[in-house]
Amino acid sequence: MEPILRLDRVEKYYGNKNNLTKAVDEISFEVEKQEFVAIMGASGSGKTTLLNCISTIDRVTSGHILVDGEDITNLKGNKLNQFRREKLGFIFQDFNLLDTLTSYENIALALSIQKKSYHEIHERVQKIAKDLNITSVLEKYPYQMSGGQKQRVASARAIVTNPKLILADEPTGALDSKSAKMLLESFEYLNEEKEATILMVTHDAFTASYASRVIFIKDGKIFNEIRKGTTTRKDFFEQIIEVVTLLGGNFHDVV
Amino acid sequence: MMLFKLSLQNIKKSFKDYAIYFFTLILGVAIFYLFNSLESQTVLLNVSSRTKEIIELMMNMLSGVSVFVALVLGFLIIYASRFLMKRRNQEFGVYLTLGMSKGSISKILFFETILIGLLSLIVGLVIGVFSSQAMSVLVANSFEADMTHFTFVFSFSATMKTILYFGIMYLFVMIFNTISVSKCKLIDLLQASRKSENIKLKNPIVCILVFLVSACGLGYAYYMVTAGLNQLQDASMIFLPIGLGIVTTFLIIWSLSGVFLKIVMSFPKYYHRRLNSFTVRQVSSKINTTVVSMGIITLMLFLTICILSSALSIKNSMTVNLKTMVPADIQIKKELDLERKLTITGTPYSMFLKEQDRLDTKLSVMESIEKADASLLHDLTDMISFNVYEDANITIKSTMGSAYNRLQEAYPYMNFEEKEEIIRISDYNRIAEFYGLDTYELGDHEYILLADFDGMISLRNEGLRANTPITIQGQVYYPKYDTCQNGFVYMSQSHINAGLFLVPDDAVIESMRDANVLIANYLGNTKEEKKIIENRINGLSETLYMKSLEQSKLHFSSKISIYESSIGLAAMVTFIGLYLGIIFLISSAAILALKELSESADNKVRFQVLRKIGTDEKMIHHALFQQILLFFLFPFLFALIHSIFGIQFCNYIIETFGNEKLLQSILMTAIFIFLIYGGYFWITYFCSKNIIKEKTRY
Repeated sequence: MEPILRLDRVEKYYGNKNNLTKAVDEISFEVEKQEFVAIMGASGSGKTTLLNCISTIDRVTSGHILVDGEDITNLKGNKLNQFRREKLGFIFQDFNLLDTLTSYENIALALSIQKKSYHEIHERVQKIAKDLNITSVLEKYPYQMSGGQKQRVASARAIVTNPKLILADEPTGALDSKSAKMLLESFEYLNEEKEATILMVTHDAFTASYASRVIFIKDGKIFNEIRKGTTTRKDFFEQIIEVVTLLGGNFHDVV
Repeated sequence: MMLFKLSLQNIKKSFKDYAIYFFTLILGVAIFYLFNSLESQTVLLNVSSRTKEIIELMMNMLSGVSVFVALVLGFLIIYASRFLMKRRNQEFGVYLTLGMSKGSISKILFFETILIGLLSLIVGLVIGVFSSQAMSVLVANSFEADMTHFTFVFSFSATMKTILYFGIMYLFVMIFNTISVSKCKLIDLLQASRKSENIKLKNPIVCILVFLVSACGLGYAYYMVTAGLNQLQDASMIFLPIGLGIVTTFLIIWSLSGVFLKIVMSFPKYYHRRLNSFTVRQVSSKINTTVVSMGIITLMLFLTICILSSALSIKNSMTVNLKTMVPADIQIKKELDLERKLTITGTPYSMFLKEQDRLDTKLSVMESIEKADASLLHDLTDMISFNVYEDANITIKSTMGSAYNRLQEAYPYMNFEEKEEIIRISDYNRIAEFYGLDTYELGDHEYILLADFDGMISLRNEGLRANTPITIQGQVYYPKYDTCQNGFVYMSQSHINAGLFLVPDDAVIESMRDANVLIANYLGNTKEEKKIIENRINGLSETLYMKSLEQSKLHFSSKISIYESSIGLAAMVTFIGLYLGIIFLISSAAILALKELSESADNKVRFQVLRKIGTDEKMIHHALFQQILLFFLFPFLFALIHSIFGIQFCNYIIETFGNEKLLQSILMTAIFIFLIYGGYFWITYFCSKNIIKEKTRY
């Protein structure tokens, strides 16, 4: 079966001839349908740059990124927006909710820019809100909600369009541990029950332990990769910690 | 010196943000110079002394208006600098954390204000000086003066005045900046950009109630200045609808901003279409936080529309009126039988009446002129001489019937014992034919009341409807018509005939004579020939005969002089109207533009979120356009509704000038507003588009 996401020797350089930084250095991997993949790495390892390239927010220097069989490195202008709108769902560390809109409206916006009818919007928003347990905060504004609630609203916005791939950038970064756990359980639910494919960037081993596969990046290159397989989450967490220790660097904020 | 460098760099860096502020300042300076330099532009014009007097009056009024304009501009500048300060909170926060003192920050702002002030003054003055050259053509045109030769005009006094006024304004800005810097707290400065908006929702029921009450209040104010105008007891009552209008304007904006969102949300199909929910929220929150400035802008736009359209219509109607209102070249009036009159009023002035006066006061206008300069009569043609009569028993009071009491309330200072003017029907018909007016016929015991001053007609008509009789020489006369008939005798630039009685020829006798009037045309074809005769007429008072008279005088009103003064007056009103109108327009548009642009930083973040979730650029631009359009349109539409009634009221006030060609002046006003207000709108849209366009990597 064709993978949902395929990276083929992706490179991203910054700077000029004299001072070249290889943020992403020939990275290749694939993400199958209904996989939950975490990318781990220290600050400056290039994991966010990689995610930006996949999400078309940034352009690759060389290499190809295929989403659902379509090479997105060649897309431009409105085609790019269309791709982003229809194939991808985003979850950001700082939520990126519109502060002037209620939760309901924030989620609905993802559908209304796809020019969906009002009735369809209403049905889908209500359903996803129920699934993610945020029905009670639908009429609230971002400033009235906790971080966890905000991130779940943001997740609802990302998933409501039924995207091929959900990209999450440090989704637990701004959350306390309880909220983080709830959010990750939501991700698990989306991944298992809703068959969502999730690619998540994090530097937190606990967060990564919810994934089915973890890819480690160091200095722009893939360092290691481990799969959860049939092990428990606790064992998987131990395995991750081992690799992190091996990686060295500044991983002091492990739970 | 380092601080100065920092200021310089700040200005360079934030020029894009400053652009519209800078642009407005330059425009303000240029306009200020332009109108204050009018005097020096008119100095070189070849105009009569009468026009010169009007120009002098205009300059006095303009300098008075300039003080007011300076206040408006000063308010605008301080308001604008407050916006700009807000935008730079984080920058100041960084300065403070680096250990810079608040005094140093004040100094940076001080240098910035001086730099911007100097630059805007220089650029504005240069633009002002050059555009005043174009303006002088307009000035010459307005005063119908010949531009014999073009000279480059530079007004030193206007330049100094502009520098002084704007210098004071900038000084206030500096003081204001220093105060607000000394008040700010570091924590607020640093976190200013991170504060997310707290949406305070107003109670919708309260909003609806307030809206309904103020809509009723506004409706009543509208009614009072239009249909209900006659019910206003005296002039000071007009402040009631004005005050009511101002208060309800603010209340309506306050309540509308509360329910606007609810109203749109009740159409979910529309609300959830594309980015509509986002746009509506943006506009609603913006209006919500700017109720006071929105109210002020609405009122300023309202004033602009009224001032511009009235000023332009005065000019139009004055020139149109003149053709029908001033049909003859010259009209000379002379009071007769001064001896009798002076005795009647009680004080025996007659004993002071010189022999010369005693003789002259029996003579008609023509006979007097013959004595003074007989050859002048050969220059006149189409001459009509007639007498005006009066009767001690026929006063305004006695002819008004039941309307007298109300008239007394409306015009408490009017002299109701004033004797009415009476004219023989055959005399009037001769004049009417000369003037091109309707002629009338009268039965034996009938009279006709002529009037064209709207304010008096309705009152006079009450007397006529009551069939109020007048008694002359023992004979009783009744009105032929129960309304005033249209017509006039005395030439004037506007409809001022408040009442003139036409009676059968045999109703009056010679002893009732009040005055003699001569109407004539000049015997000449060209403007120059007529001008020569006009000068001879003006020279009459210098003749030996006229100089020998003390009490018995001739009163002239000539076509040329009426034209000159009314053209001058029209030009004056137009210039002052333009001045005020443009300043108001610029101020309100600039406030809206600055408000919109100062929030563009917040907007940038929001539009980036939209972009991240995959919104089309086209949709984003459309949303931005709609958002700014709604923000600009809201106060404008409100002002437009105000103006529908305001213009009617203005028309009532300037009714005497006539309201012909109102449509044309409204069209002109629309063009003005479209250019200035629309211009600001487009600049704002393009600047905002640029600001949200910049992509930032995260």
